[in-house]
Amino acid sequence: MNKNNSKMLTADEASKIVASSVIRRRKKDARLKTYGRIAIGLAVSFLIFLFVSIFSKGIPGFFQYYVTLDVYLDRDRLDPKGDLSPESLYNGDARSIVLESLYKVINPKGRKEKKAAKKIISSNADVRISKMVLDNSKILGKTISITFAVDDDIDSFLRGYIKRETPSSERRINDTVIKFVDKLSAENRISYKFSDYILTGSASRSPEIAGIKGAFIGSMLTLAVCFIIAFPLGVATAVYLEEFAPKNRITEIIEVNINNLAAVPSVVFGILGLAIFIGVFGMPRSIPLLGGMVLALMTLPTIIISSRAAIRAVPPSIKDAAYGIGASKLQTIFHHVLPLAMPGMLTGTIIGMAQALGETAPLLMIGMVAFIVDIPGGVTDPGTVLPVQIFMWADFAERMFIQKTSSAIIVLLVFLIFMNAAAVILRKKLERRW
Amino acid sequence: MNEYTLLILLLLISLLWFYFGNKTALSLKNKQLKLNSLPHYYGIYVALYSIIPSLFSYLLILVFDGILFSNLIMEFVPKEILNSPDFNKTIVLAQIDNAVRGIYFGEQPDWVTIASNQMIEWNNQSLILNFFCSISLALGIGYLGFKNIHQEFRSRNSVEKIIISLLGLSSIIAILTTIGIVFSVIFESLRFFAIIPASEFLFGLTWNPQFEGAERAGSGQEGLASYGSVPLFVGTFLISLIALCVSVPIGLFSAVYLSEYANKKERSIFKPLLEILAGIPTVVYGFFAALTVAPLMRNGGSLIGLDVASESALAAGFVMGIMIIPFISSLSDDVINAVPQSLRDAGYGLGSTKNEVITNVIIPAALPGIIASIILAVSRAIGETMIVVMAAGLAANLSFNPLDAVTTVTAQIVTILVGDQEFESAKTLSAFALALTLIVITLILNFYALHVVKKYREQYE
Repeated sequence: MNKNNSKMLTADEASKIVASSVIRRRKKDARLKTYGRIAIGLAVSFLIFLFVSIFSKGIPGFFQYYVTLDVYLDRDRLDPKGDLSPESLYNGDARSIVLESLYKVINPKGRKEKKAAKKIISSNADVRISKMVLDNSKILGKTISITFAVDDDIDSFLRGYIKRETPSSERRINDTVIKFVDKLSAENRISYKFSDYILTGSASRSPEIAGIKGAFIGSMLTLAVCFIIAFPLGVATAVYLEEFAPKNRITEIIEVNINNLAAVPSVVFGILGLAIFIGVFGMPRSIPLLGGMVLALMTLPTIIISSRAAIRAVPPSIKDAAYGIGASKLQTIFHHVLPLAMPGMLTGTIIGMAQALGETAPLLMIGMVAFIVDIPGGVTDPGTVLPVQIFMWADFAERMFIQKTSSAIIVLLVFLIFMNAAAVILRKKLERRW
Repeated sequence: MNEYTLLILLLLISLLWFYFGNKTALSLKNKQLKLNSLPHYYGIYVALYSIIPSLFSYLLILVFDGILFSNLIMEFVPKEILNSPDFNKTIVLAQIDNAVRGIYFGEQPDWVTIASNQMIEWNNQSLILNFFCSISLALGIGYLGFKNIHQEFRSRNSVEKIIISLLGLSSIIAILTTIGIVFSVIFESLRFFAIIPASEFLFGLTWNPQFEGAERAGSGQEGLASYGSVPLFVGTFLISLIALCVSVPIGLFSAVYLSEYANKKERSIFKPLLEILAGIPTVVYGFFAALTVAPLMRNGGSLIGLDVASESALAAGFVMGIMIIPFISSLSDDVINAVPQSLRDAGYGLGSTKNEVITNVIIPAALPGIIASIILAVSRAIGETMIVVMAAGLAANLSFNPLDAVTTVTAQIVTILVGDQEFESAKTLSAFALALTLIVITLILNFYALHVVKKYREQYE
């Protein structure tokens, strides 16, 4: 540059210098554009990789292997008291009836082979029979074909995760079991169909009968509590701060506070729940009521911030019109501002609820990680939630739990997508531009 | 008869008062008297008058009887248990509570049966007390409100006053939450620092709280538990750094591309796609990191002769980086869009290419905002819990090697506090001290980011 400055350039020379640099400069420009494309491509491919890896494991998790057996439902053995009560069926001998019908097909010889055969059918088979009898007692005394879930190791074997070629000592199932399974599939008794358990079963240590129903209901109860607390409180706070709060130090402190709360890591809200709600107020652990309260405090800042934005977006002319015909301030707000701001508020609330639905860490701290088989019937029954269930299943060693976990994740993601789509549609449909 | 029926009863009473208030006002109106407010305001006024004090007393008794009883019940615990070295209030209370609910594990000691019977009696008495207090308040104060109704009574103004103060009260919840967080953390932390000196916590190089149990059991291994938090902070720092190495370049280049190069259609496709990354629950990322990315990295590492730990910082940091891409890209996108068009036009007017405008004009102008977005991403990464709990493991190694297993502050908090714990032990209390440092760090980062953004805003307005 200095050299150029020292003597005057003719226009021709100058344009030559510029022209020669233009190609280089354009190339540089194209390079930046390519970097941008690569960055977006990377981000999107991570997203695709994530979804593919979860869906490829999760979709098979909705299906599982079943074995069909012809079972003779012996009235005296299934229902020893003869009154068809659940206790009587519980005391009955359903397990060995199932095993006997299995033995009829595969003919195990000796104790060792019988022991191996026992491993084929899920331990839940007797519950299935009892349930069928409870639903329809007319089947007693008849021989009907019933499908039972196979044990999780057999399921993994049929899926090919446990290889036939592996030496018997390193496999979770031995050669005898494999021989029996082959016999069953040769007779077309093994079938692969949509799982009866994943959506309707509750937590279990046996992966073949574990399901997400309990966790799902727990999630819904927790979310309901969270909504009932956070939505009115959030909207009320937003209205107060936007319309009534005097401009003074206290208001300022409240506003700074809300912004800070939005930045606090979620795990800290769990500590709050543990120390205050459980420690000081003595609330029981693991209940959806407590989980909902903690999540409500966590989502409150999101709701307040979006509600304030929605209230601010209502044009002052509408308020003035209401004041003009003699409405009081509160009437103006409740009759005009809030209905117009509602879509925006609901959008923010749905997004906050979606966050709450996927939140795990604070709920771990307040004990929603306990192993609970019963499906919660109310907000004060101990329960767990979907993300925590996913966390717990991810820790279990059985191969089949990986697929079940992925299936649970798919259910969670589908719900999140629904909620976010609802928020987007709501915003598009109802939001007015003035 | 339980708490719920009482609550429904209270609501019914206030509904009844609404009906009476409304009816009286209407009858006044029918006498051709000019009312001050619309009739339904009289009804709402009486209803609010009845429900607010009764609900208050209802909740007060509901919350505080449990606290009172759990202290009173200690009278029933035998002296030898109270004075024994491994006395634990939480366990004793749980024992009584289970007996109250009718859950038994084997034989109960006599005192538990007596205490639980006493507890049941107290609970019944408190419910009866609550019943009488709340109902009489709902009826009595409601009647006082009802008596106020006359033709010139300004009921609308009174109703509005009550509602506005209710709105004001709800905004205090946010402050109460903060106070709750601060107090719950500070009190327990102070107790922790009374046991373990703050200098050891802040500068100690080994984190090993696991020996607490052995120490208590008197196995003679005293002093083995150590609470030096440096390895945890190094682990947190390492994982956050890896996350930033992934997310900052990707996030920034995407933001520049989306705001400067992309056409409308590309923008409308890719911006929401990137934001999906922020909407995926962290437990899903944790699962992905632990079961897909970590084995991939381990296998990839062994192919080129590197020994990658199965719970390496690299896997957790990488996945966390993916998670925080949208935080950087959308915030940076916003600040880049906020740079006035006139600045760009001036650059193009001088014959600059897009690249030159971006690097010489837009980035410098948007830099404070971009830095703020990175700081916010850091605070997000530090506070992130599930990914590190599931993928980074619990080994408190003091290591800067991304291929090693490290642990983080949040992972330790979760591990220590999940499940049943005794509030008395140094191990439990250490989690609160960790939480305190975590809050302080994230708040400082947040304040600093807001400060940077504020400073930047002043330049263009």
